[in-house]
Formats: sequence, C-alpha cells, structure tokens
Amino acid sequence: MVLAVTEAPSPEDYRGVWVYLEHDGEELLNVSLEIMGKARELSDTLRTELTGVLLGSGIGHLARISMEFGANKVLVVDSPILDHYSTYAHTKAMAELVRARKPEILLIGATHDGRDLAGRLAVRLKTGLTADVMRLEIDESGLLVAGVPGFGGGILAMVKCEASRPQMSTVRPGVFAPLEPDRSRMGTVETVEVDVSEQDVKREILERVVEERVDITRAEHLVVGGLGTGGDLTLIRNLAQLMGGEVGVTRPLADEGYVSRDHQIGTTGYSVRPKVLIVAGASGAMTFTSGIDDSEVIVAINTDREAPIFDHADYCVVDDLFKVLPPLIKEVRGSRE
Amino acid sequence: MKDGLKIVVCAKVVPKPEEVKVDPETMTIVRTEVENELNPACKHALEMGLQLKDKHGGEVILLSMGPPLFEGFLKMGIAMGADDAVLLSDRAFAGADTYATSYALAEAVVKIGDVDLILCGEETSDSSTGQVPPGVAEWLDVPQITYVSQLEIGEDGRLRGKRSITGGHEVIAVHMPALVSVEIGVNSPRFPDFRRKRWAEREFELKVWDIGELGVEPEMVGLPGSHTSVDRLIEAKSPERLREFVEGTPEEKAKKVYEIIKPYLQS
Ligand SMILES: Cc1cc2nc3c(=O)[nH]c(=O)nc-3n(C[C@H](O)[C@H](O)[C@H](O)COP(=O)(O)OP(=O)(O)OC[C@H]3O[C@@H](n4cnc5c(N)ncnc54)[C@H](O)[C@@H]3O)c2cc1C
Ligand SMILES: Nc1ncnc2c1ncn2[C@@H]1O[C@H](COP(=O)(O)O)[C@@H](O)[C@H]1O
Repeated sequence: MVLAVTEAPSPEDYRGVWVYLEHDGEELLNVSLEIMGKARELSDTLRTELTGVLLGSGIGHLARISMEFGANKVLVVDSPILDHYSTYAHTKAMAELVRARKPEILLIGATHDGRDLAGRLAVRLKTGLTADVMRLEIDESGLLVAGVPGFGGGILAMVKCEASRPQMSTVRPGVFAPLEPDRSRMGTVETVEVDVSEQDVKREILERVVEERVDITRAEHLVVGGLGTGGDLTLIRNLAQLMGGEVGVTRPLADEGYVSRDHQIGTTGYSVRPKVLIVAGASGAMTFTSGIDDSEVIVAINTDREAPIFDHADYCVVDDLFKVLPPLIKEVRGSRE
Repeated sequence: MKDGLKIVVCAKVVPKPEEVKVDPETMTIVRTEVENELNPACKHALEMGLQLKDKHGGEVILLSMGPPLFEGFLKMGIAMGADDAVLLSDRAFAGADTYATSYALAEAVVKIGDVDLILCGEETSDSSTGQVPPGVAEWLDVPQITYVSQLEIGEDGRLRGKRSITGGHEVIAVHMPALVSVEIGVNSPRFPDFRRKRWAEREFELKVWDIGELGVEPEMVGLPGSHTSVDRLIEAKSPERLREFVEGTPEEKAKKVYEIIKPYLQS
C-alpha cells in the first residue's frame, strides 16, 4: 500500500441531514430545492435537523430562500475563493465542515459540478457514496437506502452505506418535487469560516459561458426531437412554443451541439414529468425512455412501426415527422387564434 | 516536459445495456450469454488519448480492473493504437464499489509510475456513477477536469480542458499530472488496425496484476474495501402505456393528435 489511509469516528457520532445547495450566484438550482423537499421528509422520519450548506461569494441572500423550502438551518461559507466551483477548494471546504459537524446524511445534486465534488469528497472522507439516485428511503434501523439506476435505467439497485459516515448520495435532477415555498418557515443562519485560500483553487478558468438556463424538468409540455430530425429542430421548436412548453432532445443531438445539454432527457440528462410529451424521431433507447416514464401522456412519431419508442407511448404515429408536425402546428396555432 | 506524454486510459468492459435482464425469482442479474463491449465513454477516452499521443508523442497504457474476460477487449484497444495494457485481476478485487475501485486503480497508476495524464470515461453504462474518476484523482492528489469534450496542452505546459457545466461550458487549466474524464460522443473512436489486431491477438501479452503484484492489502479492495452494499435489486419497469396507433393521412393523424392533447393544453 502506497496511498495513506486514516481512521474515521464511529457512525453514532453523526447526526442530521445535510443538503449541499448548488447555485449560480443568483439563484439556487432547482435540483437543490428538489432534494430539500425529499430531505425534509427524511429528516422528519429521523427526527433530526435539515441543514442546507451554501458555499460561494456574496450568497447570503440565498439562506432565507433555503429556509422557505424546508431547511431548519443554513450554513453559509462566504468567500471570494469559492466564487465559481473549483474541485480542490470546494472539496476542502466541505471536508472541513463535515469533519467538524458530522452529519449522518449528505445529499448533493447529480449535476456535473455536484458529481465532480461528491466523488472526490467521498474518498477524502473515507465514506460510501451512491450516485445519481432516483429513490431515497430510511429503513427500520435508520439507515439511508438509495435507489441507484443501473444498466441504462432498467434496474434500480437499493444500496446502503452501513459503517461509514456521512452516507452520501448524488441525486438525479427532476426526480423529487420541491416543497411549496413557505415564508413562515423559520430557521437559523450561521456564517462559518473555513480554511481555504487562493492556493487551494488549483485551476484557472480561462473561459466560462453560461448561455441559457432552461429547466425542462418543470415544463408542463415538452416536444422532443431525436436523430430522426437530422438536427433540424425548427418544427420541434415551433410546436413547443405554441404549446407553451420546452424543447427536449435525445443525447446525440446535445452531443452534436444543436442545443445545450440542459435540453437532454435520459439517464445522463434530465428526468421529466410533463402533462404532454410529444417525441418525434427518437428510437426509444432505454437510457432515453427512463427519463420520460413519469410523463402523463406520451405521443410518439416515428417512421418505423417497430421502433421501441412505441412501447413507451400512449399514442403512436407511424409517419414522417416532417409530414405530421406541420399540420399539427397548424391545428395548435389555429386554436390559439 | 520529458519526451512525450505518459497517458493511462482507465477502461472497463460492460454488458450491452439492452441485454441485461433480472431473474424475477432471485432478483439477481442474469449474466449468461450477455454480449459485452468496451464501455462507450472509455472508448472516447482512449481515442482522446491516442490523439494526444499522435500530436505530442509518448505512450498510451490501458488500465482496467476486472475478470480475465476483459483481456480480449483490452487487446482491441491495443489494436486501436494503445501501447500497453494492465489488467488488475484477482478474486480479491471482486465486489468493489467505486471507493475500492478507485483505490485499486490509483495504486496501479502509482505502480505504472511517472504518469502525466489519466483519462477516464465520464461514466460506465452498467453502473453509471461517474464517481470513479474523481475518486482516482483524490487518491492520487492530482487535479481533475470532468465531463471534458476538448483537451489540449497549452504553451505554458498546462492541460486545458473544455468541460460542460449546467447551462454552458467552461475551459479550465490545471497542472499535470492530472486526471480527465471524457464525455460520451465527443469523438469517433478509430477502428482497430488490421495488422495490429492480428499482432495483438497472437503475440501481444498484456500485464495481469493480482493483489500481490499490485501490493495492496486485501481489506482495502473488493468487497471488504467497499463502503456501500447492495440491499436488493428492483426492476425499474416502465409504466404501462395505451400504445394506441393513430391511423390516416398525415393531416388526419395531426388532427387526431391535436384532439388528444387539446384538453391538456387548455388547463
Ligand atoms: C452511458 C450512456 C448513456 C446514455 N445516456 C443517454 C441519455 O441520457 N439520453 C439519450 O437520449 N440517450 C442516451 N444515450 C444514447 C442512447 O443509447 C441512444 O443512442 C440515443 O438515445 C438514440 O437517440 P435517437 O433516438 O435520437 O437516435 P436513433 O436511435 O438513431 O433513432 C432515430 C429514430 O428516428 C426515426 N426516424 C428517422 N427519420 C425519421 C423521420 N423523418 N420521421 C420520424 N422518425 C424518423 C428512426 O426510425 C429511428 O427510430 C446514452 C448512451 C450511453 C452509452
Ligand atoms: N473496473 C474499472 N476498470 C477500469 N476503469 C474503470 C473501472 N470502473 C470505472 N472505471 C473508469 O471510470 C470511468 C467512470 O466509471 P463509473 O464511475 O463507474 O461510472 C469509466 O469510464 C472508466 O474510465
């Protein structure tokens, strides 16, 4: 053995549920609010406190909002060093907080930054981490049981972390629902200092572009394009706009850069739950369909009658999307006028 | 910088997702007759490594932890252009979660020695955690850039990676040695070279390291070295859908679809 290993304290010393509150400097990400909704329930079951953890620069105003969404307590680390996410500085700050306060559960959104942090932090804290979970429960003995999707979403493994603490999970965006914000919810805000300095950042941001912040997980209506569109999303966009909804895509279209990753549905994208989802030109890979299963009504359009997407649809249209979408757009537009 | 780059590509072999079934009686995964493949994201990582080697010289070493059946797939990686392959294979490694996996891989990187860059896939299609790459980086105490679509070495010798973040992307620079996880779909992995393939299959011998050779304690790897355990498996069944076919001309179908969705649009 070359790499160092140290001993950790015992599980009984850990108490409370923590949610790492990811934000963009101005607003909390929806996934953070979603996790808080679920974490509130877990805290109640465990009869313990729910703490939100905010790391950033000039983010004090987010503490109040966190309480409206369910936190009893918010820990705020406000430092210019933590302005944008950096693996080293954020991991160091979180490790210091966890070691000092010892939460039994730590939940983090399964965003790219959230996963970048969680994977590193779990090893530093010598604890177990479940990834991208879609279910969270407390068992009879008070352990967290996390539902981890595997094999493209076809199987959910219920996973525990028995001996080490905190029990960490990253949580898939779009799976849980936030609480209705309630201004009368009270709690305490504590500002904490951690030992991070310029030397801890260890990366330089050369460029940073955040174009748009769409949230397809909340959309009431979604029109989704797959590779069958050939990358031409004009009709998809038109219909989505007329329906007052958003545009979704399968992974290859996001890979090709036709739209940002924020529009991507599936195991490596978002899970959605609209009232109506129209999907055109997608074959229905399991990694994709596991993201649309919570939709109320699904209409699928595909030229191939045998396409697996039809097994996941309420209404199946075997036809060319370029022939069916224009008259459908006409119908919807007609009703708007 | 020394002559060229020493790049380790961490690669795993996975069952094709469509082929995996759960035995409803025992609720265990049926692995017999399942077709395997090199994990897609790992293939993109290998291609990225080979491109860096084409540009800067050096060597690309495949690293994998898994059963002997992985060998054939690693040889395909050799045929694609990798110079060497190390397979960590021992019963003691079995049952590892991402903690124990990242530890074993990190120890292997230390043993390989003098590595400038470790490339991983963003995630595997069987466990899809994306946790192994940051885990390996933490064990090695090197910087990481995850979810990378473009990677280059700047004039200052630092590694520059374009990574996707919520709502956009960032380009960040870190010092090497470093670890990078590569996004699915960012390049087209090259085909195995025919002559190399014959050579890889007939003559090339990959290194197989057991736990003694890796020099790690049994309680640090495999099941004993893991922090998480699977309680039970649930088949994540999609809800039953109506699956009603809408017939007619495109216009008639459009009209029918509109009638179906109309009530939802008005609410
Ligand atoms: C680890 C991993 C994770 C992944 N995660 C995701 C994920 O999160 N989300 C995701 O979507 N994918 C994901 N994928 C990719 C996934 O496996 C499929 O490759 C992808 O979903 C296929 O996209 P598609 O249906 O748009 O394209 P295709 O499979 O190529 O299907 C195109 C369909 O369009 C139809 N078509 C063609 N022309 C027309 C026309 N004119 N009118 C109507 N229909 C037409 C065709 O009949 C075909 O069925 C992942 C893959 C891996 C390996
Ligand atoms: N058993 C393994 N052997 C080699 N590399 C692995 C192994 N498991 C995971 N990895 C690497 O870590 C990446 C992410 O895997 P995961 O964290 O399991 O989703 C993969 O694309 C590989 O590069």
